Formats: sequence, C-alpha cells, structure tokens
Amino acid sequence: MATEAELELQRLGTEYKYGFRDPEQYVFKSRKGLDREVVEQISWMKNEPDWMRQFRLKALEYFLKRPLPTWGADLSELDFDEIHYYVKPTERQGRSWEEVPEYIKQTFERLGIPEAERKFLAGVGAQYESEVVYHSLREDLERQGVIFVDMDTAVREYPDLVKRYFGTIVPPNDNKFAALNSAVWSGGSFVYVPEGVRVEIPLQAYFRINAENMGQFERTLIIVEPGGYVHYVEGCTAPIYSTASLHSAVVEIIVKEGGRCRYTTIQNWSKNVYNLVTKRAAAYRDATMEWVDGNLGSKVTMKYPAVWLMEPGARGEVLSVAFASDGQHQDAGGKMVHVAPYTSSQIISKSISKGTGRASYRGLVKVHRGAHHVRSNVVCDALLLDEQSRTDTYPYMEIEEEQVSIGHEATVSKVAEEQLFYLQSRGLSEAEAMSMIVNGFIEPITKELPLEYAVELNRLIQLEMEGSVG
Amino acid sequence: MTLEAAPLFTIENLHAGIEGKEILRGLDLVIDRGEIHALMGPNGSGKSTLAYVIAGHPNYEVYEGRILYKGENILEMTPDERAKLGLFLAFQYPTAIPGVTMANFLRLAVNSVRKARYGEDKALSPREFRRLMREKLAMLRMDESFATRYLNEGFSGGEKKRAEILQMALLEPEFAILDETDSGLDIDALRTVADGVNALFNPNMAMLIITHYQRVLSYIKPHFVHVMLDGKIVASGGPELAEELEVKGYDWLKAEFAETAS
Ligand SMILES: Nc1ncnc2c1ncn2[C@@H]1O[C@H](COP(=O)(O)OP(=O)(O)O)[C@@H](O)[C@H]1O
Ligand SMILES: [Mg+2]
Repeated sequence: MATEAELELQRLGTEYKYGFRDPEQYVFKSRKGLDREVVEQISWMKNEPDWMRQFRLKALEYFLKRPLPTWGADLSELDFDEIHYYVKPTERQGRSWEEVPEYIKQTFERLGIPEAERKFLAGVGAQYESEVVYHSLREDLERQGVIFVDMDTAVREYPDLVKRYFGTIVPPNDNKFAALNSAVWSGGSFVYVPEGVRVEIPLQAYFRINAENMGQFERTLIIVEPGGYVHYVEGCTAPIYSTASLHSAVVEIIVKEGGRCRYTTIQNWSKNVYNLVTKRAAAYRDATMEWVDGNLGSKVTMKYPAVWLMEPGARGEVLSVAFASDGQHQDAGGKMVHVAPYTSSQIISKSISKGTGRASYRGLVKVHRGAHHVRSNVVCDALLLDEQSRTDTYPYMEIEEEQVSIGHEATVSKVAEEQLFYLQSRGLSEAEAMSMIVNGFIEPITKELPLEYAVELNRLIQLEMEGSVG
Repeated sequence: MTLEAAPLFTIENLHAGIEGKEILRGLDLVIDRGEIHALMGPNGSGKSTLAYVIAGHPNYEVYEGRILYKGENILEMTPDERAKLGLFLAFQYPTAIPGVTMANFLRLAVNSVRKARYGEDKALSPREFRRLMREKLAMLRMDESFATRYLNEGFSGGEKKRAEILQMALLEPEFAILDETDSGLDIDALRTVADGVNALFNPNMAMLIITHYQRVLSYIKPHFVHVMLDGKIVASGGPELAEELEVKGYDWLKAEFAETAS
C-alpha cells in the first residue's frame, strides 16, 4: 500500500513539478550566436547609457579571446553558436501585479509567488526570461532607503551607484564566463542597504528559464553599507528541455564595516543546463558574508562562491550542498581569500552522488603574506548512494603566512545498510528511508534555509530517491 | 486448522545464517496472542540472529523453514512490509541516524504503519501526533526534548533502550520482539521501561522478550520461557525455568543438550 510520501512522489514524478512550460510568447528574441552586432542590439533594446554599451563590448572581446577552462567539468558539448543570448518577453516591465500578463501570472502562481508574498516577503523581484517583469517592494523598506530593483532598472535610475560598483568585484576579464555575462547580461537584482539599516525579512527573487536554447545571464549586485544587514534569497527552477541551455550568472557583493550579508540559493535547473556561475563578495572590517548554496539539477554546475576578506575582523562562510544524480556533474565548493590579518573563514560542503552522478568539491583557501592570525576551517563530507557514484575532492591551500590556523576535514561515506534496515523495520519504504538518511546528512545546511526552501529541498531529494531504488 | 484457531506467530524448522555460516539450526516456536514469551540463552547462541531474521534483515539468509505470521509466510516480505503488518523489533544495538529528528522520523513511520493497518484516513495530523508523542514520552519518563534530538545520535545506552520502547508505544505492534532491552539499564530505568512495556501489553498482542539475565523477568512476567543454545531451542517451560537458570546457570543445560545431541 502506498504511503503518503510515496503518493506525493508519484504525483511529483508524473509531472516534474517545475517542468511545466508555457507556450513561447516573445516580443523580441535575438538570433542564435554571439557577435558585436548581437551585443549592440541588446544594449540598444535596453536603451542603455553609452558606458554600459562600451562595458559590454569590451567584455565581448575578453570572452572571444579567452579559452574554455581546462579544469573542472567537461564543457566540450557546450556550443556557443546555438544559444539565443537575449529574449525579451513583454513590452515593458510590469510595476504592479495587475500589469503582469496573464500567462506569466499563471506561471508565478504555480511557483507560489503571490502566496509567499502575502506571507512575509519584503519584496519580490521575479525574473521571467531575460527581463524582470514583476517587482514589488514594501513601503517601509523604501522609506528606510533600501533599494531592491532589477539590474536593468538600476542602470537607469541609480546610475551613480551602479557605475561605482558594477564589475569591481568580478571584473569582465576575470574568467570566460564572467566575460560572457558582462557582454550579454540581462536582469538580476540590485540591492542597496544604507548605513545601519537591517532588513529583517529575506528579499527574494524567483528565476525561471523558458525558452529552448536560451542563455540566462542575470547580473546581481548587492551593496551593504556599514552596519547594514540583508538576507537575499534566490530560488531557481527550470523546465526540462531536449537541447542544452546555458545559465551563466555573475553575483557581486560588497559588505562594508560591521555589515552582514547572507545570500541563499537553491537552484534546480533542468538536467540539460550548463550552470556556470561566478559569485564573489568583498568583506571589509568586522563584516560578515555568508553564502548558502544548494545545487541540484543541471547537467554541469561549476560554482565556487568566494569571499575576499579585505580588512581585520572580516568573516566569510560558505555552506554548500550538491546533489549529483545520473549524468550530472556538480563541481562546487568555495573560495576564501584572506587579504588582511585577523580574518576568519569557514567552508562546509556536503555532496551526494547517485548512480552515474559525480559530485566534486573544489575549494581554495588563500592567505596572503602579512595576513597573520587568520583562522580557516574547511569540512567536506561526501555521501555515495551506490557503487557507481563518484566523488572527488580538490582542496587547494595557498598559505603565505605562518601564524595562521587552518583546518581541513574530509569524509566519504556510503549509506549504511544498518541505517536503511533500521528505518525500514519501522515501516519506511526503502526510498523513504534513503531520502530520510540523505536529508539528515544535509540537515546542517537545510536548517540554515528559510523554511519553505528547506521543505522544497527535502522534497526534491525525495523525488531524486524515487528513481534510485527498485 | 481454521484461520481463527491458527496461532499469531509460528516458526517451523528455521535454518538461517549469515555469509554462508549457519547460526539458527532447526528452530521451532509458537506464540499466540495474549502471551509473553522469554527467550534466554548465553551470548552468541543466536538470539539476535533470530530477531533479525524475523524482522527481515537483508544480510541474513534463510536456508530452510517458514515463519508464519497471521497465517502468512513473511520470509519473502521486505522489512517495511512486515512492520506494516504489526511486527516490531526493539534493537539490541539501535542505529544512529544523524540529522533526522525523532519526531520527523516517527511521524512518517507511525503514519505509514497506521495507514497500512487501519486505513488511509487513519494517519495522524501533526497536532495529533505531537499529542500522542508527548503522552508516550511522559509514560516512559523521557524529556520532551527527545522529540527534537537526532535519532539515537549521542544517546546513552539507557536512552537508546527507552527510545526503542517509545517507538514501540507509538507504533502499537501486534507482535513485539525486545532484544536485550534490559541490558545497560540501571534499576530505576529498568522499572520505568518495564512499567511501560506492561502498560502496552494487551490480550490482542504477543511479545518475545530476549534476555540473558533473569532480572528483567521479575518485572515483565513471561507466560513461557525458552532456552536457546547454539541456534536451537533446547528447553521450554513456564516462569520457573527462568528461576532455575538463575540458580544453576546454563551449564547443566549445555551438558544435557550435548548428551541428547550425541
Ligand atoms: N554479522 C555477522 N557476521 C558473522 N557472524 C555473525 C554476525 N552476527 C552474528 N554472528 C555470529 O552469530 C552467532 C550468534 O550471534 P547473535 O545472534 O548475536 O547471538 P546472541 O544475540 O544470542 O548473543 C555468533 O557466533 C556471532 O558471532
Ligand atoms: Mg544479541
């Protein structure tokens, strides 16, 4: 007899929960492939100032010059000529819910946005295709001077702030994919937290790709002034497609003296997406930057959230979960660069590999000369669900200073038969027992997530388990 | 034999072992509703092996024989199918599951079993479950914080044993096996656990108490006592058999068994 959880799984299984797809209705879609003309066209469509157009064109040069990375995941099947770099779904951005087109509303409703908003959202910036179509911000936040808009709007309405910080943390020539994003970016969020302002409720954005072969290149910039606090939450879901899609985002964050920023992502791209993301933050005196990063789905993910610890007292943290199931390669981890003395960092990585899935931890702890009294701790735990699944660990350390305390622990374990038997002897099916063990394994990270994300992550893992046992 | 007349639980000529090594060597046992049986025997005689085989541990192999429960041979069933028929094993060495809270685990377990046994609409709501859990925790004098602790993780020996009985209380089995639940308990804990077990017992269910000490049997009174040596039941009797063992030890049985076996 089917249990509650099994019925749920069946329901989810028949209609991959976020795998539904709207008929494509676009106002503008760039032709496939990338050259100067496409970049010019994007900039023109967006009615951008000249400096941004120049920025894009310069980045395009870097992109064309740089070779693909030769380390990490296999990117050889990625065909840059088969991608639409820009899709604009509606004539202009909706300002209120009423203005958002009906078919997009339906999608959002199925993703639960209005409900979430009613509950506790401070503001919602939801990205549909390459353009932000819906956006709202609570009035009290606005009164406090907090800015939470899509990046395109920010370029128009806050040019001084954007110009000052855009591309300073992740320069366009940082790596091939940062260059690509800099050339064709569209959408993403801009968050500005003024001095001393604490944003007590998480700011959330929902992302969704809906065009075959469409790249999504959102660009996010968060600035936390001294003593400010913000928690930015981003969840991504994508429908299933037959040919490979590319998602290549850039996130830049600046946390000034005594400020704190937490950036939470749970991403579940469909299993044909290349997810190549550059996330980097700079933390100044006594500031704290925390990345909480969950990677499910996608064909290939390469993502190493980084914190540059610029001044004494800065603290950086990465909590990362990766789930690699059949045919997937999750190459994830974190980077901590200790530029200043008396800084501290922690990376906790949990990975799960299933079937032919491969989860790699790739991390770097770098301590510059003169950065004494640095403390850093890295813990990476891998869980293998069966005989074929695979995990690798690449923990790089570049320590140029002696008075430091660096810890590193790595474990690899298999789901123990005794644990499965114990749970099954209490009435749990093998799949239920398996997902319970896996969810327990990542609990140190899920407990850091907003509740609905924790529930969603546990559910996704349950769904993954369904196929793993006979 | 009509179905009503069939006993709740019957083992016939059970031969079983692990990794090709035969441990249970021709075991017979009949247990009916309303009965408490004690299974005694020295360490290594195969008591836990029997418990695992009944519960369906995948590593154990059955070479011969049958186990009938409510008239069905359960040997082909998965452990969860057996649990959903009302079988329960309190483990001698319960396994820790990091990151999984007692409450989350038990709610899923209890509702899986309830739906299978009593019907799809008999699952407990989160609120009903919490109430039931609190009630059973109180019965076993366990702190409410157990609900949010990770399953058996960092539990003391005694806490693990109590937690097993807590699970039994919530799952309401019809046939429960308690494998050395008494070991590692101090006298007060033993009394609490025994009181709990006695309170749970009812004429509609049966219990098999595995122990190698007679001590627990003065708290939980068995109707029948069996002695196991080298994978066989070599003596069966009433409660007086346990007392005799307490006085004489297992050696006289071993000697006697060796004689009859030769
Ligand atoms: N996993 C195992 N692998 C091999 N032998 C085992 C295993 N478990 C138990 N045994 C052996 O089976 C015999 C019976 O053990 P067990 O059933 O635990 O006895 P008891 O519970 O009566 O102390 C012992 O000789 C023990 O060494
Ligand atoms: Mg034993």
